[in-house]
Amino acid sequence: MIDWMIRLALGKVKDVRRRKNYITTLLVILATGFLQTLTASSQNLLISSFTPLVVQVGQTQAAQDEFVPIDELPPEDQLPAAPLLIAAYAFAWVALLVYVWSLWRRLGSVERELADVARRISNRSGGA
Amino acid sequence: MIPSRWFPAITVMAMVFFAGAPLMIARAPYESTMGLVQKIFYFHVPAWIAMFSGAFVCGISSGIYLFKGKKVADHLAVAAAELTVLFGLIGLVTGPLWARKAWGLWWQWDARLTSALILWMIFVAYQLLRQYGGPGSDKLAAGMALFGMANVPFVYWSVNVWRTIHPTTNVVPTLVPGMSEAFLWCSVAFVLIFLLTLSARVKLESHRAAIDRLYLSLDD
Repeated sequence: MIDWMIRLALGKVKDVRRRKNYITTLLVILATGFLQTLTASSQNLLISSFTPLVVQVGQTQAAQDEFVPIDELPPEDQLPAAPLLIAAYAFAWVALLVYVWSLWRRLGSVERELADVARRISNRSGGA
Repeated sequence: MIPSRWFPAITVMAMVFFAGAPLMIARAPYESTMGLVQKIFYFHVPAWIAMFSGAFVCGISSGIYLFKGKKVADHLAVAAAELTVLFGLIGLVTGPLWARKAWGLWWQWDARLTSALILWMIFVAYQLLRQYGGPGSDKLAAGMALFGMANVPFVYWSVNVWRTIHPTTNVVPTLVPGMSEAFLWCSVAFVLIFLLTLSARVKLESHRAAIDRLYLSLDD
């Protein structure tokens, strides 16, 4: 798959029909992966939904004699994990993208300066 | 560094690995005590792997520059130091986001966290020295990079030697199937992006050196 992607990215597949075939195959692979992820996620959700019931049926616990409102739980138990997870991944992606962008800009500016200085030197040696 | 003809292929590979990382992470099983927040681990640890690699590359090439005087080694050291700061920053930000849920606090001044922060600050100091240190700062910064590199094993083993609340180094080798594939996938993604950015940064540094040489020849 990676080999096809590389060939596509480098524009080495000139034949339009073959290129279409490659792209269709890639899309099928990606769609299969996406569907697998969806299936896996829904299975995880189902398991996590039913597990507490199964555990409760199997165990002999002391009867609960009071309900505890969620806002009386310690702060660490109330904290949802999703925003922290999203923040962590978003920070990593943004940091990498900003760095690659800054590197690309700096490289462009240095290459322009290099070409400019080289041209000035060649003009001077041509004039001398 | 990476030969030019391999650059597009490795770029595509890095993109595939990064694009596939969320899928791999989503498919990895949930950890029993931490649940969803444990999945920060798949970017947090690879970021530290890249950071430690950067510290080693910077330290070794600084040593070569100090003792052999090779300019190419200095360019490599400057590039690696910048990446050490970048990946260290990712590790230092993602860690507290995990700790807030797992430990109930953002930061703990224990051996691992404190030594990791000091390691990162050494490489920030390296950057500042190279930027504002003036003539001769390259040798001074190279010496500093050697100390930074020497700090890496202490940071790595700190969780096994001192009592800390941070998970030990035993976690990664004992990952269960599902978790280990996702971790390996993300580690490869980070190593590829480290190699690509390192190559591009070395190229930038050698271009800058070439400009300096051309300006000098223009003055003569």
